[in-house]
Amino acid sequence: MNLHEYQGKEILSSFGVRIQRGIVAQNVQEAVAAAKQLTEETGTGWHVIKAQIHAGGRGKGGGVKLAKNLQEVEDIAGQIIGMNLITPQTSATGKKVHQVLVAEDVYYPGDSETSEFYVSVLLNRATGRNMIMYSTEGGMDIETVAEETPHLIFTEEIDPAVGIMPFQARRVAFNLGLSGTAFKEMTKFVTSLYTAYVKSDASLFEINPVLKTSDDKIMAVDAKVTIDDNALYRHKDYLELRDIREESAIEVEAGEKGLNYVDLDGNVGCMVNGAGLAMATMDLIKQAGGEPANFLDVGGTADAARVEAAFKIILKDPAVKAILINIFGGIVRCDRVAQGVIDAYKNMGNINVPIIVRLQGTNADIAKELIDNSGLDVLSATEFQEAADKVQQVLA
Amino acid sequence: MSVLVNKDSKIIVQGFTGSEGTFHAGQMIEYGTNIVGGVTPGKGGQTHLDKPVFNTVQDAVNEVGADTTIIFVPPAFAADAIMEAADAGIKVIITITEGIPVADMITASNYIKHKDCRLIGPNCPGVITPGEAKVGIMPGFVFKKGNVGIVSKSGTLTYEAADQVVKQGLGITTAIGIGGDPIIGTTTKEAVELLINDPETEAVVMIGEIGGQLEADAANWYKESGSNKPVIGFIAGETAPAGRTMGHAGAIVGGSDDTAQAKKKIMSACGIHVVDSPAEIGSKVAEVLALQKV
Repeated sequence: MNLHEYQGKEILSSFGVRIQRGIVAQNVQEAVAAAKQLTEETGTGWHVIKAQIHAGGRGKGGGVKLAKNLQEVEDIAGQIIGMNLITPQTSATGKKVHQVLVAEDVYYPGDSETSEFYVSVLLNRATGRNMIMYSTEGGMDIETVAEETPHLIFTEEIDPAVGIMPFQARRVAFNLGLSGTAFKEMTKFVTSLYTAYVKSDASLFEINPVLKTSDDKIMAVDAKVTIDDNALYRHKDYLELRDIREESAIEVEAGEKGLNYVDLDGNVGCMVNGAGLAMATMDLIKQAGGEPANFLDVGGTADAARVEAAFKIILKDPAVKAILINIFGGIVRCDRVAQGVIDAYKNMGNINVPIIVRLQGTNADIAKELIDNSGLDVLSATEFQEAADKVQQVLA
Repeated sequence: MSVLVNKDSKIIVQGFTGSEGTFHAGQMIEYGTNIVGGVTPGKGGQTHLDKPVFNTVQDAVNEVGADTTIIFVPPAFAADAIMEAADAGIKVIITITEGIPVADMITASNYIKHKDCRLIGPNCPGVITPGEAKVGIMPGFVFKKGNVGIVSKSGTLTYEAADQVVKQGLGITTAIGIGGDPIIGTTTKEAVELLINDPETEAVVMIGEIGGQLEADAANWYKESGSNKPVIGFIAGETAPAGRTMGHAGAIVGGSDDTAQAKKKIMSACGIHVVDSPAEIGSKVAEVLALQKV
């Protein structure tokens, strides 16, 4: 589950990680009130208005701006709330901004220069352990740093039996070139950050930038936080942090029906059992001259109700010109699936796009007969290649 | 020969009396798999599907000599079940459960590192040695006995590959479903290595997907091994967008090196026969094996 910056920061703060303070606002009035409150609490003169959407690169799209007085807070909040924010990480149409974070200005002048770092915590899949990945090149896109200056990216792998050790926190601070107060602050920062990661069952923390202020404090200025969906059962309080406005409406609906669906841009819809076979089917559609319109795993019980739900989801996409159903019947028998397809088709009345049904495995021959004798406008296939050929044929 | 499981394996089912465990234990017994009992804490002493139920894995090891387990325990308790099996001295731990928290798997995989056991999965279809033992949830009839080994992250795509191989008049030594989670017990490389070292296996089918480095590691190992046993490879997810999880928790493109294209390139460079179409796995195996025999 992805979180907004302000939600991620709240979680960090609850585990003692220093953050740039801020208050979330849903409209201009709330933004102005938030700015006043923040000035009272922190003494900040300027404010940063930050669009809250689930995508990075917000600054590049004009979603992060500095306000030097309350009039500017009002003006900027007014511009950002409701805008369609396009960033390098959103689609070409962008994402609608529903709320902004009004944050304190932390780049104030002082005794030393400010500097920005990059710190993330994530799983190292190769070793099955968590690691802290960090860099002196904060505020930049880490993929670019990895490509251009890979020697400036460091990693610290954590032994799960003992957790993060003080020497590891020191190594991070040394590698970031810190000394004195800032050095101590950084060791505290990474230690509490790692603790927060483990205790919140996160699957990604990406803090970019981590700021050293002009008075040597270390704090998270941004926070990308993802929580492991499989662990949400032990964090019931996080469930309410889900913002379904940030998700595709059609994917939310599919999820409620127990279908694993990902919306894509193509013209051939597909319905498959199993994630690997679903991806392979998408690839086959492309090789047959189409483009997959979706990923859809119907799971193990492809009965009439599920097939009908899947049909309805796929057909919501007006770009769909054909649907390929590819089911490998193992425990679930193909004749049952075929009957499910026929029943769903009849329940729905007219389906205006050609349908190719490929059923393989248990009772595949009976299933093909059922489809062929159904009188419906459905093409049947048993071999994978045959299904691809029929997709090509209907697209021609 | 075969790898991991055979007719002499003494297999128990953890989560034996639950609905999943009951259904699949029944299917495995019907297949002829040597199921010697099951474990459900609190139900020890009972009989289920004509087999004894034990309270602990240790009891099953002591009383019926269990050496292999298949786990159907719900996600919240599955990592504990894996560690219990490892602690009791079980040698092959096959975990079907999907949806185990990553943090739990970090703990479990760290715990079993120093035990003498091999974990397969989690989130996998299991392992089958046709005609001897089906220790998983796959449809047994698809897998005919033969000389082709299969390694795959995915369930139905494994069945698809096996079906294509069998339709070429060939068969399977052992098919290993390694699972689609970010942390799995046996990697692609380890599973390929087991099959390459199996004298009965003449060719290996390696099916991967987007995300992670497992296929690249396996390909590099294969090249270095100098083995002349052919490997046929396929990677699913060429059309998957970056940054989106495609069903399997581990199937997500993070950077340029874990795309299907990048993996296939490395595999080809390491001497693996890569097919672009998932419909050509079986015919490629037949073609490569025919060339071997000339």
